[in-house]
Amino acid sequence: MLLIIVPVILLTLFFAWRYRQSNKSAAYDPEWDHSTTLELVIWTAPLLIIIALGAITWISTHTLDPYRRLDRIDAARPLPADSRPLVVDVVALDWKWLFIYPEQGIATVNELAAPVDRPIHFNITASSVMNSFYIPALAGQIYAMPGMQTQLNAVINKAGNYQGFSANYSGAGFSDMNFQFRGLSEADFEHWVQSAKSGSARLDDAAYKDLVQPSVRVPVQRFGDVQAELFDRIVGGCFGAGAMCMNAMGH
Amino acid sequence: MSDSIASTAGQLPLATAAAGHPSGGSVDRTRFHVLHHHPENGTLLGFWLYLMSDCLLFACLFAAYAVLGRNYAAGPTGAQLFNLPVVALNTTFLLLSSITYGFAMLESQRKRVGATLVWLAVTALFGAGFLTLELGEFAELIEKGAGPQRSAFLSSFFTLVGTHGLHVTFGMVWLFTLMVQLARHGLTAANRRRLMCLSMFWHFLDVVWIGVFTFVYLMGVLP
Amino acid sequence: MGEPSNLQTLLLGRLGWDAIPIHEPILVGTFVAVALGGLAVLAALTRFRLWGPLWRDWVTSIDHKRIGIMYMVFGVVMLLRGFSDAVLMRAQQAVSFGSSHGFLPPHHYDQIFTAHGMIMIFFVAMPFVVGLMNFVVPLQIGARDVAFPWLNNFSFWMTVFGGVLVMISLFVGEFARTGWLAYPPLSGIEFSPDVGVDYYIWSLQIAGVGTLLSGVNLITTIVKMRAPGMTLMKMPVFTWTALCSNILIVASFPVLTAALALLSLDRYAGTHFFTNELGGNAMMYVNLIWIWGHPEVYILVLPVFGVFSEVVATFCGKKLFGYSSMVYATVVITILSYLVWLHHFFTMGSGASVNSFFGITTMIISIPTGAKIFNWLFTMYRGRIRFEVPMLWTVGFMVTFVIGGMTGVMLAVPPADFVLHNSLFLIAHFHNVIIGGVVFGCMAGINYWFPKAFGYRLDPVWGKRSFWFWLVGFWVAFTPLYVLGLMGVTRRLNHFDDPSLQIWFQVAAAGAVLIALGIGCFLVQLVVSWQKREELRDHTGDPWGGRTLEWSTASPPPDYNFAFTPMVHDSDAWADMKRHGYVRPLEGFVPIHMPRNTGAGFVIAALSAACGFALIWHMWIPAALAFVAMLTAIIVHTFNYDRDYHIPAEDVIRTEDQRTRMLAQHV
Repeated sequence: MLLIIVPVILLTLFFAWRYRQSNKSAAYDPEWDHSTTLELVIWTAPLLIIIALGAITWISTHTLDPYRRLDRIDAARPLPADSRPLVVDVVALDWKWLFIYPEQGIATVNELAAPVDRPIHFNITASSVMNSFYIPALAGQIYAMPGMQTQLNAVINKAGNYQGFSANYSGAGFSDMNFQFRGLSEADFEHWVQSAKSGSARLDDAAYKDLVQPSVRVPVQRFGDVQAELFDRIVGGCFGAGAMCMNAMGH
Repeated sequence: MSDSIASTAGQLPLATAAAGHPSGGSVDRTRFHVLHHHPENGTLLGFWLYLMSDCLLFACLFAAYAVLGRNYAAGPTGAQLFNLPVVALNTTFLLLSSITYGFAMLESQRKRVGATLVWLAVTALFGAGFLTLELGEFAELIEKGAGPQRSAFLSSFFTLVGTHGLHVTFGMVWLFTLMVQLARHGLTAANRRRLMCLSMFWHFLDVVWIGVFTFVYLMGVLP
Repeated sequence: MGEPSNLQTLLLGRLGWDAIPIHEPILVGTFVAVALGGLAVLAALTRFRLWGPLWRDWVTSIDHKRIGIMYMVFGVVMLLRGFSDAVLMRAQQAVSFGSSHGFLPPHHYDQIFTAHGMIMIFFVAMPFVVGLMNFVVPLQIGARDVAFPWLNNFSFWMTVFGGVLVMISLFVGEFARTGWLAYPPLSGIEFSPDVGVDYYIWSLQIAGVGTLLSGVNLITTIVKMRAPGMTLMKMPVFTWTALCSNILIVASFPVLTAALALLSLDRYAGTHFFTNELGGNAMMYVNLIWIWGHPEVYILVLPVFGVFSEVVATFCGKKLFGYSSMVYATVVITILSYLVWLHHFFTMGSGASVNSFFGITTMIISIPTGAKIFNWLFTMYRGRIRFEVPMLWTVGFMVTFVIGGMTGVMLAVPPADFVLHNSLFLIAHFHNVIIGGVVFGCMAGINYWFPKAFGYRLDPVWGKRSFWFWLVGFWVAFTPLYVLGLMGVTRRLNHFDDPSLQIWFQVAAAGAVLIALGIGCFLVQLVVSWQKREELRDHTGDPWGGRTLEWSTASPPPDYNFAFTPMVHDSDAWADMKRHGYVRPLEGFVPIHMPRNTGAGFVIAALSAACGFALIWHMWIPAALAFVAMLTAIIVHTFNYDRDYHIPAEDVIRTEDQRTRMLAQHV
């Protein structure tokens, strides 16, 4: 694109200077208003660039589709055949993040951890209003919407602590809707899971109903046990004002 | 068309106007001006444009119904609620009202104010019959607990059908107003233009209703 | 006070003394300033006995020129409001770091960014663009007024009263805290139970009716009322862009009306269009609002492309390069603008193929837009460029806008958008095209057509100061936002933890100050020009060596615009007339048929605003009364058959003779 933009800016400035009124030496051709050659160039040059860009867009959009399962760990390493992604269910609450680990049977608030080099599969929803789940160091963002479920596939290659936040305005507490994403080694992650499991707090309907109450700057919480199918029931709207589950309603 | 008429009929030899002007002697003045230019009245085009925008409004409501029309939220479905014979009667009323409006237009072209008014009154009667049946249907649904708050399906149903009904209501208000104006001022150019606009409006509502009847009622009772 | 009685609820709804924000010092200060200013204006009007002329010549005027001017005045007033919101935001973000939480709590800050976006688009950019079209289009096509002059007055007042409702929300109640497009479920009754969203809805609905009718009006005007000989391909480019822009208005504003109507049904009637419960679907709102929202961008930008086309041809002393490719580019943009709306929410998870489709259609729009830029460029080639103020704005636009175009294409690539969506990069991008395009274009248009409207040019010294402050201020304010966006900083935050970001926000705030100086210079320019009006007087009616018909008549034009309707032979009709030795006719004048002023538009619009206000506060009885009154006023108006009159030939002769004398004295 700079192929077009830079010459245009330079030509604009050059023409502006060259054909200024006081420069009587420059040519003046008031009736010159058409040139088939130039017209062809100014339509086809951008067209060619856009064809190239369009092709790149089509390919990259499909390769980087957040819903697509990963096929490599990083640029150099393909995904091992037996690899299973870590599943994390994400719920955007007012104004904090809930992460449920169905395999591990734990849940956390405002803290997300994952082992390095293992693909992560996020299922994402929200309790009340729209948010956007975004960890810049990990992957692009995706909306978190109540009553709906979006997905994101990603992998972290380097251990460390990263910022995660909501990238879609969601009301008064939005500015503080941050969480920490921790990339851990396999062993550290196991350790982290165990320490969460050892806690006595249990995330059941009652605890969840407490949790959805609006609050800001909530410290990290960990739940050692999670009621079965809680995430599906959150997506199904079982906790809304009408409190009627989608799966119970049928069609 | 009127442009070309104006540009030929309206050209006036303005050469006299240039007499005595130092540089104007050799210039052909008719090249620059027309004396009388009466652009064609744009009311009908303008009204068409308005109708198209209204059509888009209905398109949005149809789209909303298409998206939400099966979201029953465990509530009643169209097949359970719709009473097709009544709707068929309703549809007949509205279609007949379009025909009688057409008769009114024919009479107005024969410059017969009285007959025009009679046909307009008949149109209003059919319109009122349509609205009565529709309101009856709404009341019945609400009584059954199937009001617009019950589910997204019912929200979109009431909004689409109700918006059409609201249009018919305003059409009736306009119809009465126009009848008074016809009675008072007769078939003047302005009144004939208004009659024509209301005619387009009324037929437009008919067309929309055919969409509603097919898309909401007939397809709604399909499983 | 005990439990409010039933009648009191029906009369006053939820309005009470607690709705007056006396605990907000910023608002109280603003109120005092506005009240004092308002009182001063009222006193001045009374003192100089201006109420009568104000009502007769302006409020009830159906003259498209006066309505156009009133649109511009309204736009300037609302610009001051919208810009003070911007200054507050920049100030808050510049100081709210770490332990400091700035001076705006979320409750206030969230209203400000919502109001800023909504006011700038609907009540600044739209009035400017519609005002320019209103003033210029009939003059450019050789018409005496628009097709529906009364409707024009009504449209204007609907727009104004929409703005009035937004302004009332400053002092009575509060405004929406939802972002300028009010996405549900946040804007639904469950999460926004206050009056804010209702103010938002009703001001937009009322203004939207005005905009829609104005679109119908201008399309009809352009299609039906062109001077004889002016075929479509001989229309001035500004008229072409106005036509396309108004087609977009008629084809997109009903979608906004529908989306907002469904949202208000959710809020007022308890329906479930966009709720989380009982089958509602908030994504439908997002789709609908952007099906309107993207064309809206082109509604704003197409007419200013037209302005630049006129300005560049005039000040280069050349025919516009590539007239027909300019027209085709405009039409292509008009059509394509309907096929791109989904690029505003790639991150909703529509799937790769859908996202790619909308990404690629978005990029395709850059082709005709690029062609336009090249056409302006080659118009400059071998021209004799006079750097009057409008031309400066045009060159500033060309250099600035291409960068905005480039960042726009970047955002159109879905994988990039997943990273940049909702970031400050996006904010910088759309300000880059809206300020660099629409605002620069409106300023160019104002400087260009001001002498036509008022009979004297704007002072070029202050105009140039204003331009340079705006241009430099824009880049100082928004380059940091581009950088911050690339660093992953999201929009609409009112507090930051990372202190390393602060310097960028401080630079951006400094840029806002420079823009404020630009606006200040513009206001000074207006005053200085008025003081120096004799010196700056345009006696000829053609101060710039213009090429289109508006420059063939006097400045300011007489009520009837043209004593005789011009015959058109070429796309640059006035340049063609001059080339062929045009001589102004001095006699043979005839009476001219004109529409008559009426106060009906003002009254009906005021009643609809009253109805809107009552609905916002759930005052059901006043709302019903206002609605019935409005309906009655409309019906009564239809009984008025006496809507036009003839300007007698003697008056035409007197006016034209005056001009003859003036030309003789000065030219």
